[in-house]
Amino acid sequence: MSRSFRIEDLLTWLSGLSIIVALYLVFVYAPTEATMGHVQRIFYFHVSSAWVGFLAFFVTLIAGVAYLRGGNRAWDILALSSVEIGITFTAMAVITGSIWAKATWNAWWPWQQEPRLVLVTILLLLYLSYLVLRAFVEGEERTARFAAVYGIVAFVSVPFTFMSVRWWQRLHPVIFESEGMHLAPAMLATFLFSLLAFTILYFTLLLHRRRLGKLADQVDGLKERLRTGEGG
Amino acid sequence: MSYLSKVLAIVWKDVVAELRTKEMFSSMLVFALLVIVIFNFSFDLRVENIAQVAPGVLWVTFAFASTLELNRSLALEMENDCLDGLLLAPMDRSAIYFGKMLGNLIFICTIEALILPIFSVLFDLNLIQPSLLLTIFLGTVGFAGVGTLLSAIAVNTRAREVMLPVLLFPIILPVVIAATKATGGILDGLPLGDIAHWLRFLVAFDIIFLVVSYMTFDFVVQG
Amino acid sequence: MIQIQDLVKSFGHSYALQGVDLEVSRGQFLTVVGPNGAGKTTLLRILATLLRPTSGLVRIDGLDLSSRSAEIRRRIGFVSHQSLTYGKLTVEENLSFYARIYDVPTIEERVDKLLDLVGLQARRHDPARTLSRGMQQRLSIARAIIHQPSLMLLDEPYTGLDQQAADMLRQLLQTIAAESRTVVMTTHNLQRALEFCDTVAILAKGRIVYQAEVASLTLEDLRQAYWHYVGNGSTGKRAET
Repeated sequence: MSRSFRIEDLLTWLSGLSIIVALYLVFVYAPTEATMGHVQRIFYFHVSSAWVGFLAFFVTLIAGVAYLRGGNRAWDILALSSVEIGITFTAMAVITGSIWAKATWNAWWPWQQEPRLVLVTILLLLYLSYLVLRAFVEGEERTARFAAVYGIVAFVSVPFTFMSVRWWQRLHPVIFESEGMHLAPAMLATFLFSLLAFTILYFTLLLHRRRLGKLADQVDGLKERLRTGEGG
Repeated sequence: MSYLSKVLAIVWKDVVAELRTKEMFSSMLVFALLVIVIFNFSFDLRVENIAQVAPGVLWVTFAFASTLELNRSLALEMENDCLDGLLLAPMDRSAIYFGKMLGNLIFICTIEALILPIFSVLFDLNLIQPSLLLTIFLGTVGFAGVGTLLSAIAVNTRAREVMLPVLLFPIILPVVIAATKATGGILDGLPLGDIAHWLRFLVAFDIIFLVVSYMTFDFVVQG
Repeated sequence: MIQIQDLVKSFGHSYALQGVDLEVSRGQFLTVVGPNGAGKTTLLRILATLLRPTSGLVRIDGLDLSSRSAEIRRRIGFVSHQSLTYGKLTVEENLSFYARIYDVPTIEERVDKLLDLVGLQARRHDPARTLSRGMQQRLSIARAIIHQPSLMLLDEPYTGLDQQAADMLRQLLQTIAAESRTVVMTTHNLQRALEFCDTVAILAKGRIVYQAEVASLTLEDLRQAYWHYVGNGSTGKRAET
């Protein structure tokens, strides 16, 4: 218990530091983009948030599979923690994406031109469905089982959604495409560092949230023992 | 062979039960008709070319009608704990999945077959084309494949009927997109080569989700 | 026939079974009694392979439950207070369906024979939902023995039955028991428990706390033992031995 506490503490310091550095890079170090001006800076936050959104979903998938294999509740706590944090970052990605779209295309929601925005929104919907499912199932064990299965199904659907949305407005399918934006070296460095900073932040929040989840689980266990008047 | 005969026994049971009362058919058919009519009216007031929206309307109708059928199919097993009866049988639990899935596929396809002529008349389009029928079949396999799994989850929750669309729709979005695009292409008279990638996409989706559903079904039905 | 060692079943934090030890020999008729929530249904459902144990050893006919459950299912017949039959299908169709999924060789013959046994020949073409509760229970039993299982699991089979239906059920169970099948039945009615079983056991708070041969037991003995182990309910603690 005390050992993992140190890891979380270390990560907290690390993420605090890296976020500050990232903020400096984004607002001061990175050059202002020629056509869009300062609004372009939101791009760094948008992509980093979206990246974390996907990473968190992947972690939920792994945790779900691990839970189904062993029935160990700890995996379910991890899955839920990852979803809660992931949904926050995904929501941020949607909002920043919309602002970015408004600046680029002068529309808050340009379906045709911004498949990425559509994609993160669908990711958000998947997260929401996951949470709604958990809210409406009776029994912890069942909730964990169903959530794990849905997490797997949802994650597998993401590549398909990605491909279908990208192909949507094109006549010929394209699997990979280079970004339309030209990144100066300084921008690239800022971009990569933001990704790193957000990733560290994600893991920090994840471990904290997981610790809370484990404590809550322990409380539930104690409550149950008090209720039945016997040892578990 | 014994496995197959058990899968078919489950399909047979569902078909016989439905033929006896026709509850599901009548409600699905009426529902689908209402949806089409409402769309027809609402678009008619503003849209110049109905043919443009027809593919979308068609697939939305199919998606909603499928949800109705999927819900009913699993609800049938919850009555009198019949699902326990299936779980008690000395067969691989995946046979239950395939049996229900095939039954769902048959029912949804039948309703679609009834809707198509009506749709053709209302929207003044020729929808009885082989490539279109293939597209519809592939899309329906997508719905039934993952829908059977998710309906097994949904039927065990507090908000039963509402939960299935919540779970299913984000997952089958790629199917709806691909099928709508393919349908639109076919109606526009595009050569098959132009829409083939959508059909391949549907096949890939169908296979992958059949496998995922088959592998996780046991975890959903057994505690 | 059945060996259970230290069987534990938990649902999240609550423990339905906390270490059950039980042995049932071939041909034995065991009745398990206990208060509601003691874990009787859970125990039976685990034996029926409908639930997975959290830990512990369960063997049926020498087969391990966790690895050979499909084979075990071939030898089990399960009856609960739910009929497990399809309301929209006829009596005959229900039995034919179950015969098919249990690989019964001569389906029509077997279905015919069972309809005679449970007295439902006259209703064979009626949808199952038109049957009275008592008849549905009889149909349920026919369904449960269609594949001639060597082990019968009955979970509170008398629930919701009126006197006449209960009498019919009792006769039916006697016939089945007489064919030297192994039977495990649960009930909360102590009188029923002693009717024609060989052994009775008390399940309380997730454990088997008492087991005795019925031959040497009167209803009063059983009642006293029950109150001794189960208590008067207010403290919920096991009484001092």
